[in-house]
Amino acid sequence: MAQPEVLSQAFELGFTYTRSTGPVVGKFLTGLRDRTISGIKASDGRVIVPPMEYDPQTAAALTEFVEVGQQGEIVSWCWVKQPRAAHPIQQPFAWAMIRLDGADVAMIHCVVADAEEQLFTGARVSAVWADETRGYITDIRCFEIAGGQDSE
Amino acid sequence: MSEDTAAVTRIETPIYLKYNFTAGSAPARFLARIREGVLTGQRCPRCANVYIPPRGSCPACGVATEEEVVLPDKGTVQSFTVVAIPIPNNPIKPPFVIANLVLDGANLSFIHLMSECENSEVRIGQRVQAVWKPSSEWTHAMDNIRYFKSIDEPDVPIEKIGKLPLSGWEG
Repeated sequence: MAQPEVLSQAFELGFTYTRSTGPVVGKFLTGLRDRTISGIKASDGRVIVPPMEYDPQTAAALTEFVEVGQQGEIVSWCWVKQPRAAHPIQQPFAWAMIRLDGADVAMIHCVVADAEEQLFTGARVSAVWADETRGYITDIRCFEIAGGQDSE
Repeated sequence: MSEDTAAVTRIETPIYLKYNFTAGSAPARFLARIREGVLTGQRCPRCANVYIPPRGSCPACGVATEEEVVLPDKGTVQSFTVVAIPIPNNPIKPPFVIANLVLDGANLSFIHLMSECENSEVRIGQRVQAVWKPSSEWTHAMDNIRYFKSIDEPDVPIEKIGKLPLSGWEG
């Protein structure tokens, strides 16, 4: 049997999900839209960012929101040399666990830096807001290495 | 700007999966023939079932299929659904009918559109025939068949659906 020509075609499968946020994450996202970052106080006094609905130890519903800082420090990180199309930043960047000022747990987000060498555990970073905020985690476009000036 | 003050309760989180599909040798032969307006299945050398579109093996016997069988463009409704909800990026306006159709001489159904029929009268066992696009528009695609239309032949009893000979129902 003759070998047929190779037939190949690109196609895209899309799942157009809309997710309910629930009241706690909804409040966190509403805060992002207003360019604030909020956590929630757990029964042991820790401030958890992003906020969670139930206490990790007692499972009681959590309600005490706490606004945290827009700067923090890198706890750990991973440099992405070649971003893929779905990544939030189309230049080399880092995924990082960032402990914001006033928070007791780290939150994952991306960090933009000129070079990998600028990143280290304990490095100070500050949030960069998107031009338009809509109530998504991407309202924080990225974090960047905090400059010499300590001002906002 | 009242929307800007309302609390966020939902977020859109679409997921898009980008594939590059390469047809295997059996589907590639099938697609090469359908480009010429010919429907080609493959017959299992063990159980003699005919499959279209062919996958190169028999799902029941697990053996390779090579013998090609040219099939007519007439068939029977094995099952169907009336789609009432618009599907994103689908240009067809609901309500429309999607059916599992089994061609005469074939033993396995495929999915295609039905039209030129009353949606409320579509039924299992109904006889249908392909309505093709003009041959100038044919490509390597099942879409060369625009849809299947109802034809004036008696319904096929359920126990005979998928078991008709190449010669058809009344032939």
